[in-house]
Amino acid sequence: MSAHAAETTFPPDSFYDTGEHHPQNGTMLGFWLYLMSDCLIFAVLFAMYGVVGANYAAGPGPKDLFDLGLVAVNTAMLLLSSITYGFAMLEMARGRQNAVLGWLAITGLFGLAFVGLEIYEFAHFIHEGAGPQRSAFLSAFFALVGTHGLHVSFGIVWLVVLMVQVRKMGLTEPNRRRLACLSLFWHFLDVIWIGVFTFVYLMGVLR
Amino acid sequence: MQERSELMQTLFGRLTLEAIPYHDPILVGTFMATAILGMSLLAYITRKRAWGTLWNDWFCSIDHKKIGVMYMILGIVMLLRGFADAIMMRAQQAFAFGDSMGYLPPHHYDQIFTAHGVIMIFFVAMPFVTGLMNYVVPLQIGARDVAFPFLNNFSFWMTTAGAVLVMMSLFVGEFAQTGWLAYPPLSGIDYSPTVGVDYYIWALQIAGVGTLLSGVNLLVTIVKMRAPGMTLMKMPVFTWTALCTNVLIVAAFPVLTAVLGLLSLDRYVGTNFFTNDFGGNAMMYVNLIWIWGHPEVYILILPLFGVFSEVVSTFSGKRLFGYTSMVYATVVITILSYLVWLHHFFTMGSGASVNSFFGITTMIISIPTGAKMFNWLFTMYRGRIKFDVPMLWTMGFMFTFVIGGMTGVLLAVPPADFVLHNSLFLIAHFHNVIIGGVVFGVFAGINYWFPKVAGFKLDEYWGKVSFWFWLVGFWVAFAPLYVLGLMGVTRRVSHFEDMTLQIWFQIAAVGAVLIGVGILAFLVQIFVSIRRRDSLRDETGDPWNGRTPEWATSSPPPAYNFAFTPRVHDQDAWYDMKRRGHQRPTSGFVDIHMPRNTAAGIVLAGISMLCGFALIWHIWWLAAASFFGLIAASIIHTFNYDRDYHIHADEVSSVEDQRTRKLSALQKAGA
Repeated sequence: MSAHAAETTFPPDSFYDTGEHHPQNGTMLGFWLYLMSDCLIFAVLFAMYGVVGANYAAGPGPKDLFDLGLVAVNTAMLLLSSITYGFAMLEMARGRQNAVLGWLAITGLFGLAFVGLEIYEFAHFIHEGAGPQRSAFLSAFFALVGTHGLHVSFGIVWLVVLMVQVRKMGLTEPNRRRLACLSLFWHFLDVIWIGVFTFVYLMGVLR
Repeated sequence: MQERSELMQTLFGRLTLEAIPYHDPILVGTFMATAILGMSLLAYITRKRAWGTLWNDWFCSIDHKKIGVMYMILGIVMLLRGFADAIMMRAQQAFAFGDSMGYLPPHHYDQIFTAHGVIMIFFVAMPFVTGLMNYVVPLQIGARDVAFPFLNNFSFWMTTAGAVLVMMSLFVGEFAQTGWLAYPPLSGIDYSPTVGVDYYIWALQIAGVGTLLSGVNLLVTIVKMRAPGMTLMKMPVFTWTALCTNVLIVAAFPVLTAVLGLLSLDRYVGTNFFTNDFGGNAMMYVNLIWIWGHPEVYILILPLFGVFSEVVSTFSGKRLFGYTSMVYATVVITILSYLVWLHHFFTMGSGASVNSFFGITTMIISIPTGAKMFNWLFTMYRGRIKFDVPMLWTMGFMFTFVIGGMTGVLLAVPPADFVLHNSLFLIAHFHNVIIGGVVFGVFAGINYWFPKVAGFKLDEYWGKVSFWFWLVGFWVAFAPLYVLGLMGVTRRVSHFEDMTLQIWFQIAAVGAVLIGVGILAFLVQIFVSIRRRDSLRDETGDPWNGRTPEWATSSPPPAYNFAFTPRVHDQDAWYDMKRRGHQRPTSGFVDIHMPRNTAAGIVLAGISMLCGFALIWHIWWLAAASFFGLIAASIIHTFNYDRDYHIHADEVSSVEDQRTRKLSALQKAGA
């Protein structure tokens, strides 16, 4: 609720705000709402995987395909990138621009490692004849994991753009807001990945 | 068709000259008419030297009022297209009996019923609803603009880009022949190998981005930008319904995006989500699309419930009866709309318990809706009702919608639904609620708020003509469909053998013509009102003795809406201000902070449309180029930090002084 709306201290016979009315900036709320809508896209992909995830069509199943070691490394990359982004935000609060840029660069490298490993995994599956066309299970797998990977790739592009903007303009108010939005986005992708890791990989190997 | 060279294939994908339907006289005629109309419009704009104004003050404008007006114009234009489809269907079904095959081959007829549904929902009802919310909500809550003014412009152009793609399918290639929700496997690549479904997918995806962003935008606007003192339970009811609708948009449209994305993967990449083999599950599509689709119908109707609430209370001269129950009813409908999707396919065979659950939740929705109906009735009870045009639409709605609601409850009974599923009874039911609810509400809203937008009222005579032709036309067109549905006639049929059915279809065709007269009368109403604008002029800004803050400012409102933000003490804030003798401030104006216009929205949407077109025709180089172009253009846009400016206090005071003079002249004339 807007801070203004909650205030009802003005006298009953005052009908206008005589100064300029400054509503709160809504960017963080708006971006969070967007993330929740994005979350629903993932919800649909999870549901799809839940429904057709066991339809192997006589093709390979999770046990035949998944290499938990690789996935563990991959997961570590993403989780570490979340921590380093957190460090970047702490430095932002202290107003140290170069430290922010340094941590962002490290975050981006972790992100690249994650995307690289995922591309390697996908290429490997396709090479083995387990491409997205092979069965509904694989279609759903590639769609879910691939959509997450696309989000991370987009996040890296965004990160690079923000690094340029922070270098150019400094830690200005709009740039701080943008860094905070990307922070939400980045951690959100981590949360989704924990779902993917558990629901697709771990439970897939158990099945 | 001869083999095409490799080069041509690369350059144009599957787009060939054959894709232009020059052998179809109906389409050639339509094209000629559209071309002549379009050319004369362009010539008119050029002659008036209006291109600069149009581009700078409208297309690039991020003023929520202008964007709202552009949404309404889009809705009206697309209404004409959607209605043309409707009248063609009615004509075909009136003639195509026995030996006569009618004038439309099934291939064409199937495109028409698909296009009719898609256009009416996505490009008529949605723009109307979004347009009303865009125009009215910031004024009702005393804000200067929406929370993200640039996104608002971008959303509008994305919606328009989707509409342009659908229109393009008329003259380049063809549209889907699948029905408006494009169920697979029919919409899969095996059974729909041509571009029709691809037009459908990309038009909706592009427009969907616009809808989602405008949902986020209005939601943040309502949560964050209300005038001081306007607590949630003091918000005008229209704003409340807009809030709920935008919650629904944000929580439903991603599902559409995802499910259409999966369908396009099936079609483009060869995945097996909804295919018959390799473990695909087509019913999953039907489930998912209705998880979006059912909330969608409430996205459409809720804001119009808000419009009716405003209109009833204004024209009965009374505070709305049961404001609190109205709010809670809206919220309950918002939640319940997610729990009923399966009633669209009781016949899927999910078993008695599942069907019972969804049947019961569906029937429960009629309780909050009924509560609203009684609230409106009690508001009218002992009120001093003025039968202006908005009130006529509202009363026409109450009469029509109740019947549509009752046939809906009938369909909610699973055993009855097994008989009525996919019959014309269903068609009659949902037209009953969408025309009787959404369309009547939009016309009520247009007649109610037009004086605010234009500064003069709409002509009353033609408004009444339009209303009566719509109301009578609706019943003549759809009552026969109820009868036919009960006799077992199914939807989407282009030819009949049983001659005894013909008379009903002929009556329905007459009804469609009556509705056509209603639409024409509406256009005449606008035209006549513009011609007679001086005698219809309203200088007060408050022609109906309104109750909510949008009537506090001038008509049309200045760019900044309110020189000073009103302080809210009551639900009917403006009525309260008038009653307690507020004085309009005439001095002490300050600088006003405003967002700056930009061409980024129309450029980005244009590139998106190009990308969609390339994907539809498999022109891969263009698709890749426009996709990366889109990303590059967005990045370039983020480097623009100069997004706002101040309207100087002098300028504000000259605008306000002008109004002061007009108001005092009015007072003298009255005294």
